[in-house]
Amino acid sequence: MSLDKPYKDVPGTTIFDAEQSRLGYHLNQFCMSLMKAANRERFKADERAYLDEWPMTEEQKQAVLARDLNRCIALGGNIYFLAKIGATDGKSFQQMAGSMTGMTEEEYRDMMIKGGRSAEGNRYVGEDGDAQAQHQPQGAAGRKGH
Amino acid sequence: MARITASVYTSHVPAIGAALDLGKSNEPYWKPLFAGYDFSKQWMKDNKPDVVFLVFNDHATAFSLDMIPTFAIGTADSYQPADEGWGPRPVPVVKGHSALASHIAQSVIQQDFDLTIVNKMDVDHGLTVPLSLMCGQPEAWPCPVIPFAVNVVQYPVPSGRRCFMLGQAIRRAVESFDEDLNVQIWGTGGMSHQLQGPRAGLINAEWDNKFLDRLIADPDGLSKVPHIDYVREAGSEGIELVMWLIARGAMADVAGGKPPKVAHRFFHVPASNTAVGHLILENQQ
Repeated sequence: MSLDKPYKDVPGTTIFDAEQSRLGYHLNQFCMSLMKAANRERFKADERAYLDEWPMTEEQKQAVLARDLNRCIALGGNIYFLAKIGATDGKSFQQMAGSMTGMTEEEYRDMMIKGGRSAEGNRYVGEDGDAQAQHQPQGAAGRKGH
Repeated sequence: MARITASVYTSHVPAIGAALDLGKSNEPYWKPLFAGYDFSKQWMKDNKPDVVFLVFNDHATAFSLDMIPTFAIGTADSYQPADEGWGPRPVPVVKGHSALASHIAQSVIQQDFDLTIVNKMDVDHGLTVPLSLMCGQPEAWPCPVIPFAVNVVQYPVPSGRRCFMLGQAIRRAVESFDEDLNVQIWGTGGMSHQLQGPRAGLINAEWDNKFLDRLIADPDGLSKVPHIDYVREAGSEGIELVMWLIARGAMADVAGGKPPKVAHRFFHVPASNTAVGHLILENQQ
């Protein structure tokens, strides 16, 4: 019998559960290693070589190199661990969170100052809120194609 | 005997710590946030506790994925502010209260809550930002602190119900400590926020304010709210709010005493990605 995971139908959201944690163990532990200044230096000097020291999948390594946080999360990353990459790059939590929406830093910051993203239309997959798959990327980047 | 005199609830957003440490608290973005804590800083001076029992969560700082304790109590004499990747916050060392912490650990485990006991741990913004908000920037924190870390990073996190019952066990543990100590219990984290995915930036002020209302007047009912409601309504990281139910469960009315007095209530959006909520509840004699 399968486990009850009612959180699978929340749009634009990956819950870091035991299954994701299992997939992302080495990816997240790599991130954790960046809490040491010496490791940050080694990573910055040669990212690929540093990543190759970890038994991560090639897909996970590519996602890190591209700083594609959505991809990292899909592959088992957790945002509190991935934040260590951001710290290494000199990015704030807001810059990191914003990068996953497709909005520019300014667009995301403005959205937060105006009260943040509404839950309306963003509670269940299949509604029409701005976090739904059909509305990605958000902000100016999403309007270019129309 | 020791007794719990009050509970404090507050968000613990890292950017708040950074704003304080970098001297930005008077900037227009931050000023309204810090103004909401002016009352609280004075209240802390007027109601100085002997010990703060501080419920928080570690954010991939002391606990990596090597070990993920659901409930961990700090029984050490002191805790260093952690380097979370941006360098340690320039805040005082956190002094512990090992005697009371060990007593609570023993009592609570005997009440069927299987705590992890931690004798060495660095503490991250989850613990130090609430101290800064309530105490400002002193040379030393005003009293010893017992850190109590809850896993809210990897699902499943403990249920609101479990947290509420744990708070009740903590109250009984505190009251069985012989020394006369004035103990405050703080619940931290939240309110609505989501830090990941295309839904990042979610804020639900209406839900948050209902949460505050129910935390004050109907904590038992609130404790039955399932995880999925937090995720859907308050964002994936809004689940941190279950920690507030530990502090609320330790208040006297839950054990048949008088309802608490609401000394202070504050709500503000945004602090970085997050809705900030804050309450001070006092037990009435």
